[in-house]
Amino acid sequence: MLTAILLGFLFAFFLVFAGRFFKGKLAVVSALIPLSLFIYFASFIPRIASGEVVSKTYEWVPSFGVNLGFSLDGLSLLFSLMITGIGFLVYVYTSSYLKNHQYLDRFYAYLSVFMGAMLGLVLSDNIISMFVFWELTSISSFFLIGFNNTSEASRKSALTALGITGFGGFSLLAGALLLGSMTGTYSITEMMTMKEALAGHEFYILAVIFIFGAAFTKSAQFPFHFWLPGAMKAPTPVSTYLHSATMVKAGVYLLMRFTPVLGDTNFWNTTLIVVGGITMLYSAVHTLFRTDLKGVLAYSTISALGILVFLIGLGSQGAFLAAAVFIIVHALYKATLFLVTGIIDLQAGTRNVTVLAGLRKVMMPVAAAGFLAAISSAGIPPSVGFLGKELTYEASTHSTGMVILIVAAIVLTKILLLYAGFVAGIKPFTGRLPEKFTEAKMPDPLMWVPPLLLAILGIVFGIFPALIESYLVKPVVTALGKDASDIHLALWHGFNTVLVLSIITIVVGILLYFILKPSEKLENRIGKLEPVSPESILKKLTYFFGAFSKFWTNVFQNGYLRNYVTTIILFLVILVGYIFIGNSRLVIDHTKLSQITAYELAVTIILIAGVFYTVFTRSRIGAVAAMGVVGLAICLLFVFYSAPDLAMTQFSIDTLTVILFVLVLYRLPKYLVLSDYKMRIRDGILSLTFGGLISLIALQVLAEPVNSDVGDFYAKNAYIMAHGKNVVNVILVDFRGTDTLIEISVLAIAAIGVYGLLKLRVKSSDRPN
Amino acid sequence: MEILFAIIIGVLYAAGIYMILRRSLVKLIIGIILLGNGANLLIFLLGRITEGAPPIIPEESKVFLEAYADPVPQALILTAIVISFGLQSFAIILVKRAHKVVKTDDLDEMNATDEDS
Amino acid sequence: MKTLILKTASNYLLPVLLVFSVFILLRGHYLPGGGFVGGLIAAIAFVLHAFANGLAKAKDLLKIHPGFLMPIGLALAFLSGVAPVIGLDDPFMTGLWFPDPFPVIGNVGSALFFDIGVYLVVVGVTLTIIFTISESA
Repeated sequence: MLTAILLGFLFAFFLVFAGRFFKGKLAVVSALIPLSLFIYFASFIPRIASGEVVSKTYEWVPSFGVNLGFSLDGLSLLFSLMITGIGFLVYVYTSSYLKNHQYLDRFYAYLSVFMGAMLGLVLSDNIISMFVFWELTSISSFFLIGFNNTSEASRKSALTALGITGFGGFSLLAGALLLGSMTGTYSITEMMTMKEALAGHEFYILAVIFIFGAAFTKSAQFPFHFWLPGAMKAPTPVSTYLHSATMVKAGVYLLMRFTPVLGDTNFWNTTLIVVGGITMLYSAVHTLFRTDLKGVLAYSTISALGILVFLIGLGSQGAFLAAAVFIIVHALYKATLFLVTGIIDLQAGTRNVTVLAGLRKVMMPVAAAGFLAAISSAGIPPSVGFLGKELTYEASTHSTGMVILIVAAIVLTKILLLYAGFVAGIKPFTGRLPEKFTEAKMPDPLMWVPPLLLAILGIVFGIFPALIESYLVKPVVTALGKDASDIHLALWHGFNTVLVLSIITIVVGILLYFILKPSEKLENRIGKLEPVSPESILKKLTYFFGAFSKFWTNVFQNGYLRNYVTTIILFLVILVGYIFIGNSRLVIDHTKLSQITAYELAVTIILIAGVFYTVFTRSRIGAVAAMGVVGLAICLLFVFYSAPDLAMTQFSIDTLTVILFVLVLYRLPKYLVLSDYKMRIRDGILSLTFGGLISLIALQVLAEPVNSDVGDFYAKNAYIMAHGKNVVNVILVDFRGTDTLIEISVLAIAAIGVYGLLKLRVKSSDRPN
Repeated sequence: MEILFAIIIGVLYAAGIYMILRRSLVKLIIGIILLGNGANLLIFLLGRITEGAPPIIPEESKVFLEAYADPVPQALILTAIVISFGLQSFAIILVKRAHKVVKTDDLDEMNATDEDS
Repeated sequence: MKTLILKTASNYLLPVLLVFSVFILLRGHYLPGGGFVGGLIAAIAFVLHAFANGLAKAKDLLKIHPGFLMPIGLALAFLSGVAPVIGLDDPFMTGLWFPDPFPVIGNVGSALFFDIGVYLVVVGVTLTIIFTISESA
């Protein structure tokens, strides 16, 4: 199973080297990858249908309990088949859609990474690895939306999408860690057994909010929906694959996955119903005002996602059944419509519905696909869409509380979605063919077969619902923790309320389609509401955030070194000084201290005098010489206090430093009196305070008992284990040899840096102006 | 002697910080060197100073027979001294190069960030 | 600084200082000294020579650019650390020792080779820095 997930990544990696072979005619061959994966996952259908859960665990970071645990149940299987199946068709379609595109190989690489990540996401049983794959889908989506990286709008949309879904990913991580600490496990399967305890936990609400944050951003729920219409800047295959069929459903998947863990509480259900309800209505209304085909489809996708969230919120067996069926329905018809739109865009050169018409005359099979998809989207029998709509109505009429409101909302949404489906799937093909589109040609079969295939499947599943019933739908309901044995799918449910609602929907929807024509006037009207939309509010917030950061940075990162140093030192002085004065009394035990001899006193005086001369002299060479004196005095201190190695090293280094300074001194600028008297006094006081504080701390530490276990160990074993008698040297080359090795590497790097700075000249052509 | 040591360390720290706060590039480097010396001595002092007992095992024996100075701070300081030489030389060259490019010795005139330039 | 006395003296000082630096290096395991100090002394010897006789002469004496001493030293130090891993499957940096002491030097083990590596790196680093600076100053 790991191989199956990694296949996408491996193929992407392979494309890095072999990409150019896949740019020409061979491009379509890459579709074999999703096809083989599809067949692989399809082979699991009988086992899953019989109620089995296939799982496999690989150790990853066992110390943190993070394993690569994968499990394949009904829910994951449905998604895996969708990902690979639609993936296959999209791969085929792309080979023609982006024919001879300069970066076709890159596109396939991104697409493959996405597919691998998405598979990993739906198969992960471990919530941490799920998070990793979740983020990978966001990132690959970012690259795919920004695929036309020469267009500024593309890049902006990609950034918005990444920002929103990245925020969601963060929220998922927070939720994952919280759940992990609440249950003590990161395995979702294990969490299911602790459902009761979780629902009563004090952090339950918080965990649910985090999970919601992830799901709502990914699945474009109100008020995070606006990244999805922007994401339509991506090439159409991407919109088809990521932004309608698979990735945006990851949020829905997450909610479904966690229903058996966190679901069935008042908070969970109400929030989902409210958010899903608002989303589906809000964006369904929006479809009325769009003239861009992809815009219509984007909003109808958001609306469909809203319906799914809403259904999960209803939480009954019937609702889960409806959701499972609707996922299939939506994937089939929405993918078709997107693919059809892509063909129209390519052949007619526009996606504006107000001008598109009559295209059936030049591309009949495409028109057929569009028509069938529109039927399915409208829920007109015998399409599978009808089935999905019936089940949705069924579930909402059986909901608890506020039935009328719920039913009204869902019926209204469905009416508007019917309109959207018709606009996208039928409108461009009917009517008279305008002059300018006579040039449009029939596309390559590689392009029109995939949508037609999907559209036909939508009808076949509708006529023979048994095909999906026991193999796909029932296992999903089981995976969501409901009994699925009494489910029976059929087109005809008898004459009842649901059928009445269906008829109302279809009639009103079709009427709406004939009365209301999409126009730019309508689009402009909704444009007036733009300033209060969530998108512009977020934009303003981001702008404000950026401006504030800039202001804040300019206050602190003002480029004056001494301001930084002053701030740091002042902070230290105040903080440490406060603690020091408040908490401790300075005790100096004179009996423990060593005596001061005359020559030590002399060295100390020389040293301090040297320091003063270094600081206050106006002559640079004098300062350097005085510094040399300071170094030698320190060297003597080392000699007095039993550190011969240090003395030798200090002596040599001191010599070399002075040589170094003398060498470059004449190239260095002369001292200038740059600071005024006041400033020097201020700095002097600050430095003296700091120096005094260090002295006091040193004395304070001396009063504490010393722990020399480490030193004793080295001293004891220096000769016995390391055959050396100079313990300092033994530590350097033997006990702590690895440190020394790294240290000499650092030295070498410093030397190379010096060499590079002096010897290498930037070519004038490379120098930034 | 420990008190003298503490005073020396304080003086070195104060002088180092004072020099770093000046606006001249050369003073900045001298400040860094003084600060480094202060830090070395601080580590040395905190490891407790012992007179006339270097951490070297006597000729005829395999272990220490008498008190000895703690070797660990000494090993730390030894590497610190050598590393600080690398740091100093790099800093000196950097200053030299910066002086050549920006043509000023005033740190305050080097406060432009990448974005502004 | 090209005085006759310094020039003459440095001709004799260089070999003496170099031998002294090797002596410091070798005795480092038993008495004060070691690769760091030894390397610095050797570097000072060359710098002194360069001051007295000019940079070009000192460079001729070295034959190779001092920079090349750095990778050689690093490799030597690293190999002495890796040797036990390859040869005996012991952890990295395990000390290996010849069973019998050598005359003059004493016990010889992987630590000595490590110290020689340190010595070479220190000489290389110091000379690279000083030579580069004096060339461009």
